[in-house]
This record gives sequence, C-alpha cells and structure tokens, in this order.
Amino acid sequence: MTTQPDAAERAAEKAARSSYGRLIAILAATDRNIAAAEDALSDALLSALDHWPRHGIPANPDAWLLTAARNRQKNAARARTNHQKAEPDLLLHLFLPEDAPFPDERLRLMFVCAHPAIDPAARAPLMLQTVLGLDAARIARAFLTEPAAMSQRLVRAKARIRDTGLRFALPEPADLPERLAEVLDAIYAAFTQGWDGLDTPDAPDALTGEAIWLARLLVALLPEEPEPKGLLALMLYCTARRAARRDAAGAFVPLEHQDSRLWNRDLIIEAEGLLTDAARAARFGRYQCEAAIQSVHIQRPITGSLNLTALRTLYDLLVAHTDGIGAQIGRAIILAESGDPNAGLAALDALDPARVAAHQPWWVARHRIARLSGDLDLAETALDTAINLTEDPALRAFLRAQGPTSPN
Amino acid sequence: MQYMLILNETAEDFARRTDPATTGEYWGGWNAFIGAMAQAGIIVKGDGLQGPHTATTIRIRDGKRMVQDGPFADTKEQLGGYFVIDVPDLDTALDWATRAPSALSASVELRPVLPPMPAPGT
Repeated sequence: MTTQPDAAERAAEKAARSSYGRLIAILAATDRNIAAAEDALSDALLSALDHWPRHGIPANPDAWLLTAARNRQKNAARARTNHQKAEPDLLLHLFLPEDAPFPDERLRLMFVCAHPAIDPAARAPLMLQTVLGLDAARIARAFLTEPAAMSQRLVRAKARIRDTGLRFALPEPADLPERLAEVLDAIYAAFTQGWDGLDTPDAPDALTGEAIWLARLLVALLPEEPEPKGLLALMLYCTARRAARRDAAGAFVPLEHQDSRLWNRDLIIEAEGLLTDAARAARFGRYQCEAAIQSVHIQRPITGSLNLTALRTLYDLLVAHTDGIGAQIGRAIILAESGDPNAGLAALDALDPARVAAHQPWWVARHRIARLSGDLDLAETALDTAINLTEDPALRAFLRAQGPTSPN
Repeated sequence: MQYMLILNETAEDFARRTDPATTGEYWGGWNAFIGAMAQAGIIVKGDGLQGPHTATTIRIRDGKRMVQDGPFADTKEQLGGYFVIDVPDLDTALDWATRAPSALSASVELRPVLPPMPAPGT
C-alpha cells in the first residue's frame, strides 16, 4: 500500500502538532532528559516521513511515533552504557502495543517546566517548547530576545532538569496551590508577551493562541481546580475584544469607547461559563478575580452603565491576593472614578517610587486621576511623562490627543 | 540521587557556637536537624567546619607553593558545614534543606553529587 507523500507529510505534521507535548512528556519522564526526548522525537518524525509514504500511515500515528522515538532513545542509552553503566530503566524498555492508549503526562511536564528551581524567565518559553513544540527562534521573537540567547536559556533550563533531579511528578496536594500558581503565571506570561506585540500589524508571532491552548489543556487535566478556568476566562475576555482595540485608522481605542459590536460573543459566552463553573469550587483566586473584573467591563454595553461598586470590591480583593502593581493602579483608578479622586491619588502615591518611576501605566493613571480631581497642571505633567515612556506609536498618538483641550 | 547541602552561616552564627548564652540553643537546633536526617537514613556523610578564621589557602603559581591564611572574604555568609544526603529528587532535598537552622539566618546551597566515575577499562 502506498500513500501520497504529501498526505503522509500532513499526517506526520498533524500527529506532531497534536501529540508533541504528550510524547515529549512520556519520553522525558523516564530520565528527565527533555533535550534527548526532543532529539528522539524529531528522529521519529523524520523516519515517519520516510516510512509512511511507502508503507502507509499507521492506524495510530502517535503510538508509532512513540515506539520509534523509544527505539532511538534505547539506542542512544545503549551507546552511553558503553561509557558509563547506566541504571536499568524499566520504562525505557517498555514496548506499548500500537493501539493501547497511553497516559497523558503533559501535566507533569508543565509542572516541571514551571518548577521554582527553574529560572522564571525560562518557564513560559520552556513550556511553549516542550508542550507545544514551538521552536526557539519563534519563541525568541515573541519574547523580544535574540534567538541565540533564547536557545541558550532553554538549553540551560533543560540541563538543570536533567542534572539537578527535579521531581517529575505532580506536586503533593499540600503543595499544589503554590506550584499551580507557578504554572498559571508561566502561561499568563506567554499570553501577555504575545499580547504586547499583538497590535503591531506584522506580529504573526503573538503567543496568545498558544497560551490559550495551554490553559485549555490545564483546565482539561485539572477539572477540579478553579484557577485554571479563571485564567482561561481572563485570556478569552481579552481576546474577545481584540478587534475593537483599534479603529479603522489603526488608532488605539480605550475600553470605554470600544464598539462592543466588534467583541467576539462566542468567546465572551465561553469565558462567562468558565467563570461561573470556577466559582462552584468556592476557592477564590487571583485569576478568577481578574477575569471577574473583565466580566464587569464586558457587561457595560448590556446594562448601559459600568458597575463601579462591583469593580471596587473586586479590586480590593485582587489587591489582597497579589502584590502586582497593575492591580494597585487599577484599584486607584476605580477609587477615583467612583467619586473619590483624592483617595485614588493617595493610593497611587503610596506605591514604591522606584517601581513606578518608569512604569507607563502609573503615569497614565496619574494623568487620568489628576484630571478627575481638577488638578490640570499635575495631569499635564503626568501625561508628558506617560507619552515619553510609551513605545507603541498608536498609543502615543492616543495619549497626545488627551491634552488639556481634550474633552475626555 | 546524592546531593550536597552546603550550609552557609553568618559571623553571628559562628559566634553563637561558643557563646555560653547561646551555645545550647545553637547546637540543639543542629542536633534536631541532623537527628531527623539520621532517622530518615539519608545521610551519606557530613561534618561541621570550624570558622573561617581557621582557613588556610594554597595556590601554586609558576611552580611555587604559596600558602596564605584566610580567606577572610568580605561576605556575610561563610561555609559552616556540609552534608551529603541520598534522596530521590531535588524536591526532597529542598524539603530537608529548608529544615536546616542556617536556612533561617544565612543560606543552604544544594548541588547534585557527580555519579562515581566508571572504573578504568570497563
């Protein structure tokens, strides 16, 4: 039986995309060697491209790839044994029948990638590479890093996992909340990294889709945990508004002036469902809180007004849950908009000056709040600083238009 | 896997070892920690070290032996002792290191021990 080469290639690509992380997780679980697992899997993919067109696509491409990769690993291990007596590894020699379902180890892989002993800057990239199979160059573009530097960071992280003996397992129930938070933060870091580049017309490398994919996987693998649902909802709310964030001329449109008809209803409905579902666990957390804030904003066009009381409660909760500067700034703005600009200014001024001096959102908030309080001089100085700190040309243009004569 | 717990201490920690007012509490803390590790059967070897004032350093430069007292490094933390423990993974080693008294005042560094070299000719 023969198959068209391009059909075989497509089947191999499909298997690679859908199963990459699953296979890497299984292959690396035995000896913690992610780099060797990646080598073995690429070899297996290459040999699939050679075999499948001639012998037909196997009934279970994933199992075929796993077996082929295991054989590569076995050969490599045998080669190493000649130099060094490697400890026998039962799993390494385990041969799965072609139609047997194999366990999903991706959850363990995510927890290893986000281990506290791994450089925080490497956690999200490592997850994107090992679970989704993205290449280092693409990740480097999205993280605005040199490809060589990103490759080095990833290689170093993999060497740490191999050599330091990180536990390749799910955390104990007592450790789960803290460790899960590391995984969620890494996924959110991938999302925001992509988000920053999203408005640049030629930003095909935005990682938002990949981050959402990882969050969906986490929700499926940990259905009892509310925070993964909160994170997924948060990212879906943001993505839903994507088309409304720029006008026809490419200018930045702030949330309160966005045309809600451009928002993606399907994503919003899905996000609302996730948030309701997460609330059933009655375990509140940072991401559920941030998603709930988005939900309040999204309801404005439906109810006709922004529920400032709800926002104030949510921001108070959020500030209690994180020491994130964004949460503090958001809370200050809501204080001012609910009629207490002096409290808003005081909340802004209470933040560590070293942390806010070059933080653009702080200056934008200061401009907005000073304006609400009627202190136009203070508002103008803050706006000038904010403009100087803004790199995005569309956002700069938007801020310039907020000058003293603007009706906003 | 075997890990070395590199136990760093502050100058105050070293002083507490012999100060009559603190020596009981100091050694009591370490004995509890070491006792727990011994009971778990994970200790491969380990020792406390005398303070940095007893250190002697040797270098060979241009074939000449240079002996120096010290170092009296200007750092807050100095090596005070070490243990090699045998545990399944880094996470378990971290759990043990967290219980070391010097983790509270200074720091504990963890390093995996290199596996033994194969005998020549095998």
